[in-house]
Amino acid sequence: MSLWNKHSILEKNSILLVIGILIVVSIGGLVEIAPLYYLKSTIEAVEGVRPYTPLELIGRNIYVREGCYTCHSQMIRPLRDEVERYGHYSLAAESMYDRPFQWGSKRTGPDLARVGGKYSDEWHREHLIDPRSVVPASIMPGYSWLVRTPVDARNIAVDMKVQAALGVPYSDEMIKNARADLLTQANPDAGDVDALQERYPKALARDFDGDPRAVTEADALIAYLQMLGAQVDFSLYDGKANLR
Amino acid sequence: MADNKHEQIDTVTGKATTGHVWDGVSELNTPLPRWWLWIFYATIVWSVGYWIVYPSWPLVTSYTEGAFGWKSRVAVTQELDALRTQRAAIVSKLEGATPKEIADSPELLALARAQGRVAFADNCAPCHGAGGGGAKGFPNLNDDDWIWGGTFEDIEQTIRFGVRSVHDESRQGSPMPAFGRDGLLKNEEIEAVADFVRSRAGLQVDAKADLALGARVFADNCAVCHGEDGKGKREVGAANIVDAIWLYSPDRATIIEGIRNGRGASMPNWVGRLDDVTIKALTVYVHSLGGGE
Repeated sequence: MSLWNKHSILEKNSILLVIGILIVVSIGGLVEIAPLYYLKSTIEAVEGVRPYTPLELIGRNIYVREGCYTCHSQMIRPLRDEVERYGHYSLAAESMYDRPFQWGSKRTGPDLARVGGKYSDEWHREHLIDPRSVVPASIMPGYSWLVRTPVDARNIAVDMKVQAALGVPYSDEMIKNARADLLTQANPDAGDVDALQERYPKALARDFDGDPRAVTEADALIAYLQMLGAQVDFSLYDGKANLR
Repeated sequence: MADNKHEQIDTVTGKATTGHVWDGVSELNTPLPRWWLWIFYATIVWSVGYWIVYPSWPLVTSYTEGAFGWKSRVAVTQELDALRTQRAAIVSKLEGATPKEIADSPELLALARAQGRVAFADNCAPCHGAGGGGAKGFPNLNDDDWIWGGTFEDIEQTIRFGVRSVHDESRQGSPMPAFGRDGLLKNEEIEAVADFVRSRAGLQVDAKADLALGARVFADNCAVCHGEDGKGKREVGAANIVDAIWLYSPDRATIIEGIRNGRGASMPNWVGRLDDVTIKALTVYVHSLGGGE
Protein backbone atom coordinates (compact mmCIF):
# COMPACT_ATOMS: atom_id res chain seq x y z
CA MET A 1 0.00 0.00 0.00
CA SER A 2 2.97 2.29 0.25
CA LEU A 3 2.70 3.41 -3.42
CA TRP A 4 -0.75 4.86 -2.68
CA ASN A 5 0.75 7.03 -0.02
CA LYS A 6 3.33 8.59 -2.35
CA HIS A 7 0.71 11.13 -3.46
CA SER A 8 1.35 12.97 -0.22
CA ILE A 9 4.73 14.02 -1.67
CA LEU A 10 2.90 15.76 -4.56
CA GLU A 11 0.23 17.17 -2.30
CA LYS A 12 2.76 18.75 0.02
CA ASN A 13 4.99 20.26 -2.71
CA SER A 14 3.16 22.75 -4.90
CA ILE A 15 5.91 23.04 -7.55
CA LEU A 16 5.98 19.27 -8.00
CA LEU A 17 2.18 19.27 -8.20
CA VAL A 18 2.22 21.96 -10.95
CA ILE A 19 4.84 19.98 -12.91
CA GLY A 20 2.75 16.84 -12.51
CA ILE A 21 -0.38 18.62 -13.74
CA LEU A 22 1.51 20.01 -16.74
CA ILE A 23 2.73 16.53 -17.68
CA VAL A 24 -0.76 15.02 -17.48
CA VAL A 25 -2.39 17.88 -19.43
CA SER A 26 0.33 17.74 -22.09
CA ILE A 27 -0.28 14.06 -22.66
CA GLY A 28 -3.98 14.79 -23.14
CA GLY A 29 -3.16 17.69 -25.43
CA LEU A 30 -0.68 15.73 -27.50
CA VAL A 31 -3.10 12.87 -28.03
CA GLU A 32 -6.15 15.04 -28.74
CA ILE A 33 -4.76 18.13 -30.48
CA ALA A 34 -1.48 17.26 -32.18
CA PRO A 35 -2.94 14.65 -34.58
CA LEU A 36 -5.29 17.31 -36.02
CA TYR A 37 -2.22 19.05 -37.43
CA TYR A 38 -0.83 16.08 -39.33
CA LEU A 39 -3.68 13.64 -40.03
CA LYS A 40 -4.65 14.02 -43.68
CA SER A 41 -8.32 13.31 -43.06
CA THR A 42 -8.66 16.24 -40.68
CA ILE A 43 -7.03 18.78 -42.99
CA GLU A 44 -9.51 19.32 -45.80
CA ALA A 45 -8.82 22.01 -48.37
CA VAL A 46 -12.06 23.53 -49.69
CA GLU A 47 -12.60 25.82 -52.68
CA GLY A 48 -13.98 29.28 -52.07
CA VAL A 49 -13.01 30.10 -48.50
CA ARG A 50 -11.38 33.53 -48.31
CA PRO A 51 -10.35 35.88 -45.49
CA TYR A 52 -12.96 38.35 -44.26
CA THR A 53 -13.21 41.76 -45.92
CA PRO A 54 -12.43 44.70 -43.63
CA LEU A 55 -16.16 45.44 -43.23
CA GLU A 56 -16.97 41.80 -42.48
CA LEU A 57 -14.06 41.64 -40.04
CA ILE A 58 -15.44 44.64 -38.14
CA GLY A 59 -18.89 43.02 -38.22
CA ARG A 60 -17.34 39.87 -36.82
CA ASN A 61 -15.68 41.87 -34.05
CA ILE A 62 -19.12 43.32 -33.19
CA TYR A 63 -20.54 39.79 -33.19
CA VAL A 64 -17.86 38.84 -30.66
CA ARG A 65 -18.26 42.07 -28.67
CA GLU A 66 -22.01 41.62 -28.26
CA GLY A 67 -21.54 37.97 -27.30
CA CYS A 68 -23.75 36.57 -30.05
CA TYR A 69 -21.91 33.25 -29.65
CA THR A 70 -23.46 32.78 -26.21
CA CYS A 71 -26.84 32.11 -27.82
CA HIS A 72 -26.02 31.28 -31.46
CA SER A 73 -23.76 28.48 -32.63
CA GLN A 74 -21.97 28.43 -35.97
CA MET A 75 -21.59 24.70 -36.33
CA ILE A 76 -23.96 22.46 -38.25
CA ARG A 77 -23.15 18.98 -37.05
CA PRO A 78 -23.38 15.98 -39.38
CA LEU A 79 -26.75 14.93 -37.99
CA ARG A 80 -29.90 14.45 -40.03
CA ASP A 81 -32.09 17.01 -38.30
CA GLU A 82 -29.42 19.71 -38.43
CA VAL A 83 -28.63 19.16 -42.10
CA GLU A 84 -32.38 19.16 -42.87
CA ARG A 85 -32.91 22.48 -41.16
CA TYR A 86 -29.71 24.43 -41.63
CA GLY A 87 -28.14 22.97 -44.78
CA HIS A 88 -24.87 21.16 -45.46
CA TYR A 89 -22.90 20.27 -42.33
CA SER A 90 -20.12 22.72 -41.51
CA LEU A 91 -16.64 22.03 -42.82
CA ALA A 92 -13.58 22.81 -40.76
CA ALA A 93 -12.22 24.89 -43.63
CA GLU A 94 -15.20 27.23 -43.43
CA SER A 95 -13.94 28.64 -40.15
CA MET A 96 -10.23 28.44 -41.01
CA TYR A 97 -9.83 32.22 -40.86
CA ASP A 98 -11.75 32.62 -37.61
CA ARG A 99 -9.52 34.01 -34.87
CA PRO A 100 -11.12 33.13 -32.51
CA PHE A 101 -13.67 30.66 -33.89
CA GLN A 102 -17.36 31.26 -33.22
CA TRP A 103 -18.64 27.68 -33.18
CA GLY A 104 -20.38 28.29 -29.87
CA SER A 105 -21.81 25.58 -27.70
CA LYS A 106 -25.36 26.70 -26.99
CA ARG A 107 -28.39 27.32 -29.15
CA THR A 108 -30.82 29.60 -27.42
CA GLY A 109 -31.32 31.02 -30.91
CA PRO A 110 -30.84 29.13 -34.15
CA ASP A 111 -27.50 28.11 -35.63
CA LEU A 112 -26.07 30.85 -37.85
CA ALA A 113 -23.44 28.90 -39.78
CA ARG A 114 -25.44 29.27 -43.03
CA VAL A 115 -27.60 32.30 -42.30
CA GLY A 116 -25.88 34.19 -45.15
CA GLY A 117 -28.42 34.96 -47.88
CA LYS A 118 -31.30 33.39 -45.98
CA TYR A 119 -32.96 36.67 -45.03
CA SER A 120 -32.98 40.11 -46.61
CA ASP A 121 -30.88 43.02 -45.35
CA GLU A 122 -34.08 44.86 -44.38
CA TRP A 123 -35.10 41.92 -42.21
CA HIS A 124 -31.73 41.86 -40.46
CA ARG A 125 -31.98 45.59 -39.82
CA GLU A 126 -35.49 45.40 -38.36
CA HIS A 127 -34.60 42.26 -36.45
CA LEU A 128 -31.52 43.83 -34.88
CA ILE A 129 -33.42 46.95 -33.85
CA ASP A 130 -36.37 45.05 -32.39
CA PRO A 131 -36.48 41.26 -32.90
CA ARG A 132 -40.13 41.07 -31.89
CA SER A 133 -41.20 43.43 -34.67
CA VAL A 134 -40.65 40.57 -37.13
CA VAL A 135 -40.55 37.45 -34.95
CA PRO A 136 -43.18 37.90 -32.21
CA ALA A 137 -42.06 34.88 -30.18
CA SER A 138 -38.38 35.83 -30.17
CA ILE A 139 -36.59 36.30 -26.86
CA MET A 140 -33.52 37.93 -28.43
CA PRO A 141 -32.61 41.34 -27.01
CA GLY A 142 -32.73 44.35 -29.32
CA TYR A 143 -29.48 45.91 -30.56
CA SER A 144 -30.94 49.21 -31.72
CA TRP A 145 -27.75 51.20 -31.21
CA LEU A 146 -26.02 49.33 -34.04
CA VAL A 147 -27.93 51.30 -36.69
CA ARG A 148 -27.08 54.58 -34.96
CA THR A 149 -23.40 53.96 -34.27
CA PRO A 150 -20.82 54.61 -36.99
CA VAL A 151 -18.20 51.85 -37.26
CA ASP A 152 -14.91 52.49 -35.54
CA ALA A 153 -12.50 51.75 -38.38
CA ARG A 154 -9.44 53.46 -36.94
CA ASN A 155 -7.75 50.17 -36.08
CA ILE A 156 -8.83 48.07 -39.02
CA ALA A 157 -5.36 47.93 -40.61
CA VAL A 158 -3.76 46.98 -37.28
CA ASP A 159 -6.45 44.40 -36.73
CA MET A 160 -5.69 42.85 -40.12
CA LYS A 161 -1.95 42.87 -39.38
CA VAL A 162 -2.57 40.94 -36.17
CA GLN A 163 -4.78 38.48 -38.05
CA ALA A 164 -2.01 38.14 -40.66
CA ALA A 165 0.54 37.45 -37.92
CA LEU A 166 -1.79 34.69 -36.69
CA GLY A 167 -1.80 33.11 -40.14
CA VAL A 168 -4.67 34.70 -42.06
CA PRO A 169 -3.32 35.45 -45.56
CA TYR A 170 -3.92 39.21 -45.63
CA SER A 171 -1.50 40.68 -48.18
CA ASP A 172 0.15 44.08 -47.84
CA GLU A 173 -2.14 45.29 -50.61
CA MET A 174 -5.22 44.19 -48.66
CA ILE A 175 -4.00 45.94 -45.54
CA LYS A 176 -3.10 49.09 -47.48
CA ASN A 177 -6.58 49.24 -49.02
CA ALA A 178 -8.43 48.32 -45.83
CA ARG A 179 -10.22 51.63 -45.38
CA ALA A 180 -11.04 52.03 -49.07
CA ASP A 181 -12.42 48.47 -49.25
CA LEU A 182 -14.49 49.06 -46.14
CA LEU A 183 -16.11 52.18 -47.57
CA THR A 184 -16.61 50.59 -50.99
CA GLN A 185 -18.36 47.54 -49.60
CA ALA A 186 -20.88 49.62 -47.68
CA ASN A 187 -21.38 52.08 -50.54
CA PRO A 188 -20.54 50.56 -53.94
CA ASP A 189 -21.08 53.89 -55.72
CA ALA A 190 -18.24 55.46 -53.81
CA GLY A 191 -15.41 53.13 -54.77
CA ASP A 192 -13.98 50.42 -56.97
CA VAL A 193 -16.12 47.30 -56.43
CA ASP A 194 -14.12 45.28 -58.98
CA ALA A 195 -10.90 45.87 -57.04
CA LEU A 196 -12.69 44.85 -53.82
CA GLN A 197 -13.96 41.64 -55.40
CA GLU A 198 -10.54 40.98 -56.92
CA ARG A 199 -9.10 40.96 -53.42
CA TYR A 200 -12.11 39.27 -51.80
CA PRO A 201 -13.95 37.07 -54.34
CA LYS A 202 -17.77 37.12 -54.15
CA ALA A 203 -17.76 39.95 -51.59
CA LEU A 204 -21.22 41.56 -51.49
CA ALA A 205 -21.12 45.33 -51.89
CA ARG A 206 -24.26 47.26 -51.02
CA ASP A 207 -25.77 49.54 -48.43
CA PHE A 208 -26.58 46.83 -45.91
CA ASP A 209 -28.50 48.91 -43.37
CA GLY A 210 -30.42 51.06 -45.87
CA ASP A 211 -28.88 54.27 -44.54
CA PRO A 212 -26.41 55.77 -47.02
CA ARG A 213 -25.35 58.61 -44.71
CA ALA A 214 -22.87 56.58 -42.67
CA VAL A 215 -21.16 53.21 -42.44
CA THR A 216 -22.74 51.95 -39.24
CA GLU A 217 -22.10 48.98 -37.02
CA ALA A 218 -25.29 47.50 -38.48
CA ASP A 219 -23.71 47.72 -41.96
CA ALA A 220 -20.71 45.76 -40.70
CA LEU A 221 -22.66 43.14 -38.76
CA ILE A 222 -25.17 42.52 -41.57
CA ALA A 223 -22.30 42.29 -44.10
CA TYR A 224 -20.76 39.62 -41.88
CA LEU A 225 -24.05 37.73 -41.35
CA GLN A 226 -24.84 37.78 -45.08
CA MET A 227 -21.61 35.97 -45.99
CA LEU A 228 -21.78 33.32 -43.27
CA GLY A 229 -21.68 29.87 -44.83
CA ALA A 230 -22.09 31.22 -48.35
CA GLN A 231 -18.48 30.93 -49.50
CA VAL A 232 -18.38 27.26 -50.45
CA ASP A 233 -20.39 26.25 -53.52
CA PHE A 234 -21.81 22.91 -52.39
CA SER A 235 -22.98 22.02 -55.88
CA LEU A 236 -19.25 21.61 -56.63
CA TYR A 237 -18.22 20.15 -53.29
CA ASP A 238 -17.44 16.43 -53.42
CA GLY A 239 -18.67 15.06 -50.11
CA LYS A 240 -17.51 11.55 -50.98
CA ALA A 241 -13.87 12.57 -51.40
CA ASN A 242 -13.28 12.75 -47.69
CA LEU A 243 -15.55 10.39 -45.82
CA ARG A 244 -14.79 10.21 -42.16
CA MET B 1 -6.50 3.07 1.02
CA ALA B 2 -5.59 4.62 4.32
CA ASP B 3 -2.55 3.14 5.93
CA ASN B 4 -3.63 1.27 9.06
CA LYS B 5 -0.93 2.76 11.20
CA HIS B 6 -2.42 6.26 10.62
CA GLU B 7 -5.97 5.15 11.34
CA GLN B 8 -7.48 6.90 14.30
CA ILE B 9 -11.04 6.92 15.49
CA ASP B 10 -12.83 10.22 15.95
CA THR B 11 -14.32 10.23 19.41
CA VAL B 12 -17.41 12.29 18.54
CA THR B 13 -18.66 10.43 15.44
CA GLY B 14 -16.93 7.14 16.04
CA LYS B 15 -15.66 7.23 12.43
CA ALA B 16 -12.09 6.70 11.24
CA THR B 17 -10.07 9.77 10.33
CA THR B 18 -7.57 10.13 7.50
CA GLY B 19 -4.82 10.86 9.97
CA HIS B 20 -4.39 14.41 8.61
CA VAL B 21 -4.45 16.98 11.37
CA TRP B 22 -4.43 20.76 10.85
CA ASP B 23 -4.29 22.96 13.91
CA GLY B 24 -5.83 20.20 15.97
CA VAL B 25 -8.67 19.62 13.48
CA SER B 26 -8.68 16.13 12.01
CA GLU B 27 -10.38 15.02 8.78
CA LEU B 28 -12.98 12.27 8.76
CA ASN B 29 -12.30 9.48 6.30
CA THR B 30 -15.44 9.35 4.17
CA PRO B 31 -14.53 7.42 1.04
CA LEU B 32 -16.58 7.65 -2.19
CA PRO B 33 -19.68 5.47 -2.04
CA ARG B 34 -18.87 2.02 -3.35
CA TRP B 35 -21.68 2.07 -5.96
CA TRP B 36 -20.29 5.32 -7.39
CA LEU B 37 -16.77 3.99 -7.49
CA TRP B 38 -17.76 0.78 -9.24
CA ILE B 39 -19.74 2.69 -11.88
CA PHE B 40 -16.69 4.88 -12.41
CA TYR B 41 -14.52 1.79 -12.97
CA ALA B 42 -17.21 0.38 -15.27
CA THR B 43 -17.09 3.49 -17.48
CA ILE B 44 -13.34 3.01 -17.86
CA VAL B 45 -13.92 -0.57 -18.98
CA TRP B 46 -16.71 0.66 -21.29
CA SER B 47 -14.31 3.09 -22.97
CA VAL B 48 -12.13 0.16 -24.02
CA GLY B 49 -15.13 -1.30 -25.83
CA TYR B 50 -15.71 2.11 -27.41
CA TRP B 51 -12.12 2.19 -28.72
CA ILE B 52 -12.72 -1.15 -30.41
CA VAL B 53 -16.06 -0.25 -32.00
CA TYR B 54 -15.63 3.42 -32.96
CA PRO B 55 -12.83 5.55 -34.50
CA SER B 56 -10.67 6.66 -31.59
CA TRP B 57 -6.90 6.58 -31.33
CA PRO B 58 -4.71 8.75 -33.58
CA LEU B 59 -1.80 6.91 -35.20
CA VAL B 60 1.16 8.15 -37.23
CA THR B 61 -0.57 8.55 -40.60
CA SER B 62 -4.14 7.62 -39.82
CA TYR B 63 -6.31 6.62 -36.88
CA THR B 64 -7.95 3.46 -35.59
CA GLU B 65 -11.14 3.19 -37.62
CA GLY B 66 -13.10 0.91 -35.33
CA ALA B 67 -14.40 -2.59 -35.91
CA PHE B 68 -17.38 -1.56 -38.06
CA GLY B 69 -15.79 1.31 -39.97
CA TRP B 70 -18.38 3.81 -38.69
CA LYS B 71 -17.93 7.31 -40.14
CA SER B 72 -20.05 10.32 -39.17
CA ARG B 73 -20.27 11.67 -42.73
CA VAL B 74 -21.30 8.28 -44.11
CA ALA B 75 -23.86 7.94 -41.34
CA VAL B 76 -25.54 11.27 -42.05
CA THR B 77 -25.51 10.61 -45.79
CA GLN B 78 -27.20 7.26 -45.25
CA GLU B 79 -29.80 8.80 -42.97
CA LEU B 80 -30.56 11.49 -45.53
CA ASP B 81 -30.80 8.86 -48.28
CA ALA B 82 -33.22 6.87 -46.14
CA LEU B 83 -35.28 10.03 -45.65
CA ARG B 84 -35.30 10.62 -49.40
CA THR B 85 -36.47 7.07 -50.02
CA GLN B 86 -39.20 7.49 -47.44
CA ARG B 87 -40.39 10.69 -49.10
CA ALA B 88 -39.92 9.42 -52.66
CA ALA B 89 -43.56 8.46 -53.18
CA ILE B 90 -44.82 11.93 -52.25
CA VAL B 91 -42.00 13.76 -53.98
CA SER B 92 -42.54 11.91 -57.27
CA LYS B 93 -46.25 12.75 -57.19
CA LEU B 94 -45.50 16.45 -56.71
CA GLU B 95 -42.63 16.38 -59.18
CA GLY B 96 -44.82 15.12 -61.98
CA ALA B 97 -47.57 17.71 -61.57
CA THR B 98 -47.74 21.44 -62.26
CA PRO B 99 -48.72 23.72 -59.37
CA LYS B 100 -52.14 24.13 -61.00
CA GLU B 101 -52.66 20.35 -61.19
CA ILE B 102 -51.59 20.02 -57.58
CA ALA B 103 -54.05 22.70 -56.48
CA ASP B 104 -56.87 20.98 -58.42
CA SER B 105 -56.29 17.58 -56.81
CA PRO B 106 -57.37 17.40 -53.16
CA GLU B 107 -54.88 14.61 -52.49
CA LEU B 108 -51.87 16.43 -54.00
CA LEU B 109 -52.96 19.72 -52.48
CA ALA B 110 -52.95 18.19 -49.02
CA LEU B 111 -49.43 16.82 -49.59
CA ALA B 112 -48.10 20.10 -50.97
CA ARG B 113 -49.70 22.16 -48.22
CA ALA B 114 -48.25 19.88 -45.55
CA GLN B 115 -44.75 20.18 -47.01
CA GLY B 116 -45.21 23.87 -47.77
CA ARG B 117 -46.30 24.68 -44.24
CA VAL B 118 -43.16 23.16 -42.74
CA ALA B 119 -40.82 24.85 -45.22
CA PHE B 120 -42.68 28.14 -44.74
CA ALA B 121 -42.28 28.05 -40.97
CA ASP B 122 -38.50 27.78 -41.14
CA ASN B 123 -37.71 29.87 -44.19
CA CYS B 124 -40.48 32.37 -44.87
CA ALA B 125 -42.14 33.05 -41.50
CA PRO B 126 -39.34 35.26 -40.10
CA CYS B 127 -40.30 37.94 -42.64
CA HIS B 128 -43.85 37.09 -43.75
CA GLY B 129 -45.08 35.97 -40.32
CA ALA B 130 -46.05 32.52 -39.07
CA GLY B 131 -49.45 32.73 -40.78
CA GLY B 132 -48.24 34.70 -43.79
CA GLY B 133 -49.67 37.91 -42.33
CA GLY B 134 -46.52 39.92 -43.02
CA ALA B 135 -45.13 42.84 -41.05
CA LYS B 136 -44.26 46.46 -41.75
CA GLY B 137 -42.18 46.29 -44.92
CA PHE B 138 -42.82 42.59 -45.45
CA PRO B 139 -45.87 41.75 -47.59
CA ASN B 140 -48.96 40.02 -46.26
CA LEU B 141 -49.47 36.84 -48.30
CA ASN B 142 -53.07 36.25 -47.21
CA ASP B 143 -54.61 39.07 -49.22
CA ASP B 144 -55.05 39.44 -52.97
CA ASP B 145 -52.79 42.52 -53.25
CA TRP B 146 -49.68 41.28 -55.04
CA ILE B 147 -46.60 43.33 -55.72
CA TRP B 148 -45.05 40.94 -58.24
CA GLY B 149 -48.11 38.90 -59.18
CA GLY B 150 -50.20 36.16 -57.60
CA THR B 151 -50.42 33.47 -60.28
CA PHE B 152 -48.63 30.17 -59.76
CA GLU B 153 -45.94 31.21 -62.23
CA ASP B 154 -45.46 34.61 -60.60
CA ILE B 155 -45.23 33.20 -57.08
CA GLU B 156 -42.80 30.46 -58.12
CA GLN B 157 -40.62 32.96 -59.98
CA THR B 158 -40.49 35.23 -56.92
CA ILE B 159 -39.65 32.39 -54.52
CA ARG B 160 -37.10 30.84 -56.85
CA PHE B 161 -35.08 33.91 -57.80
CA GLY B 162 -36.07 36.45 -55.18
CA VAL B 163 -36.49 40.19 -55.44
CA ARG B 164 -33.37 42.33 -55.94
CA SER B 165 -31.44 39.31 -54.73
CA VAL B 166 -27.91 38.28 -55.71
CA HIS B 167 -29.32 35.87 -58.32
CA ASP B 168 -28.92 36.86 -61.99
CA GLU B 169 -32.58 36.11 -62.77
CA SER B 170 -33.89 37.96 -59.75
CA ARG B 171 -36.82 40.35 -60.11
CA GLN B 172 -35.28 43.79 -60.28
CA GLY B 173 -38.05 46.25 -61.03
CA SER B 174 -36.98 49.77 -60.28
CA PRO B 175 -36.48 50.61 -56.62
CA MET B 176 -38.33 53.76 -55.66
CA PRO B 177 -35.96 56.75 -55.79
CA ALA B 178 -35.12 58.79 -52.71
CA PHE B 179 -37.00 61.86 -53.91
CA GLY B 180 -36.12 63.96 -50.89
CA ARG B 181 -32.61 62.81 -50.06
CA ASP B 182 -31.46 63.01 -53.67
CA GLY B 183 -33.06 66.44 -54.13
CA LEU B 184 -35.58 65.38 -56.79
CA LEU B 185 -38.50 66.97 -54.94
CA LYS B 186 -38.80 69.81 -52.48
CA ASN B 187 -40.22 69.27 -49.02
CA GLU B 188 -43.57 70.95 -49.77
CA GLU B 189 -43.91 68.84 -52.92
CA ILE B 190 -43.30 65.66 -50.93
CA GLU B 191 -45.87 66.63 -48.33
CA ALA B 192 -48.38 67.58 -50.99
CA VAL B 193 -48.02 64.31 -52.90
CA ALA B 194 -48.25 62.34 -49.64
CA ASP B 195 -51.55 64.11 -48.89
CA PHE B 196 -52.70 63.48 -52.47
CA VAL B 197 -51.95 59.75 -52.19
CA ARG B 198 -53.76 59.57 -48.85
CA SER B 199 -56.78 61.35 -50.32
CA ARG B 200 -56.85 58.96 -53.29
CA ALA B 201 -56.70 56.05 -50.86
CA GLY B 202 -59.77 57.42 -49.11
CA LEU B 203 -57.96 58.59 -45.98
CA GLN B 204 -58.58 61.79 -44.01
CA VAL B 205 -56.49 64.70 -45.29
CA ASP B 206 -55.88 68.05 -43.64
CA ALA B 207 -58.08 70.77 -45.14
CA LYS B 208 -55.03 72.93 -45.85
CA ALA B 209 -53.36 70.21 -47.95
CA ASP B 210 -52.37 71.37 -51.45
CA LEU B 211 -53.98 68.52 -53.41
CA ALA B 212 -53.60 70.27 -56.75
CA LEU B 213 -49.82 70.46 -56.32
CA GLY B 214 -49.87 66.86 -55.09
CA ALA B 215 -51.73 65.73 -58.20
CA ARG B 216 -49.19 67.49 -60.45
CA VAL B 217 -46.21 65.97 -58.58
CA PHE B 218 -47.85 62.55 -58.72
CA ALA B 219 -48.44 62.74 -62.47
CA ASP B 220 -44.85 63.89 -63.13
CA ASN B 221 -42.98 61.57 -60.75
CA CYS B 222 -45.05 58.68 -59.43
CA ALA B 223 -47.46 57.72 -62.22
CA VAL B 224 -44.72 56.22 -64.38
CA CYS B 225 -44.38 53.27 -61.96
CA HIS B 226 -47.50 53.37 -59.78
CA GLY B 227 -49.78 54.10 -62.75
CA GLU B 228 -52.00 57.11 -63.52
CA ASP B 229 -54.64 55.60 -61.24
CA GLY B 230 -52.11 54.66 -58.52
CA LYS B 231 -53.00 50.98 -58.80
CA GLY B 232 -49.40 49.96 -59.29
CA LYS B 233 -47.50 48.04 -61.96
CA ARG B 234 -46.33 44.55 -61.33
CA GLU B 235 -43.69 44.61 -64.10
CA VAL B 236 -41.65 47.00 -61.98
CA GLY B 237 -42.87 45.85 -58.58
CA ALA B 238 -44.68 49.12 -57.87
CA ALA B 239 -47.37 48.65 -55.25
CA ASN B 240 -51.00 49.65 -55.47
CA ILE B 241 -51.05 52.78 -53.30
CA VAL B 242 -54.73 53.68 -53.45
CA ASP B 243 -56.20 50.60 -51.79
CA ALA B 244 -56.59 49.91 -48.08
CA ILE B 245 -53.61 47.52 -47.94
CA TRP B 246 -50.33 49.17 -46.99
CA LEU B 247 -46.92 47.54 -47.14
CA TYR B 248 -45.45 50.02 -44.68
CA SER B 249 -48.11 52.13 -43.01
CA PRO B 250 -50.86 54.54 -44.12
CA ASP B 251 -49.82 57.23 -41.67
CA ARG B 252 -48.59 60.46 -43.22
CA ALA B 253 -45.14 60.39 -41.62
CA THR B 254 -44.37 56.91 -42.96
CA ILE B 255 -45.49 57.84 -46.47
CA ILE B 256 -43.35 60.99 -46.38
CA GLU B 257 -40.40 58.98 -45.09
CA GLY B 258 -40.82 56.55 -48.00
CA ILE B 259 -40.96 59.31 -50.60
CA ARG B 260 -38.02 61.11 -49.01
CA ASN B 261 -35.67 58.10 -48.64
CA GLY B 262 -37.05 55.75 -51.27
CA ARG B 263 -38.19 52.16 -50.97
CA GLY B 264 -37.11 48.96 -52.62
CA ALA B 265 -37.23 45.95 -50.39
CA SER B 266 -35.53 42.72 -51.33
CA MET B 267 -36.17 39.02 -50.91
CA PRO B 268 -33.51 36.30 -51.09
CA ASN B 269 -33.47 33.75 -53.89
CA TRP B 270 -34.34 30.28 -52.65
CA VAL B 271 -33.04 28.24 -55.56
CA GLY B 272 -29.88 26.56 -54.31
CA ARG B 273 -31.08 26.56 -50.71
CA LEU B 274 -34.39 24.76 -51.24
CA ASP B 275 -34.93 21.94 -53.75
CA ASP B 276 -37.39 22.19 -56.66
CA VAL B 277 -40.16 20.17 -55.02
CA THR B 278 -40.01 22.26 -51.85
CA ILE B 279 -40.23 25.45 -53.93
CA LYS B 280 -43.22 23.98 -55.79
CA ALA B 281 -44.89 23.02 -52.50
CA LEU B 282 -44.28 26.53 -51.17
CA THR B 283 -45.75 28.01 -54.34
CA VAL B 284 -48.94 26.00 -53.89
CA TYR B 285 -49.01 26.77 -50.17
CA VAL B 286 -48.63 30.53 -50.61
CA HIS B 287 -51.15 30.50 -53.47
CA SER B 288 -53.63 28.71 -51.20
CA LEU B 289 -53.26 31.18 -48.32
CA GLY B 290 -56.11 33.22 -49.70
CA GLY B 291 -55.00 35.49 -52.49
CA GLY B 292 -53.86 33.15 -55.27
CA GLU B 293 -54.86 34.20 -58.77
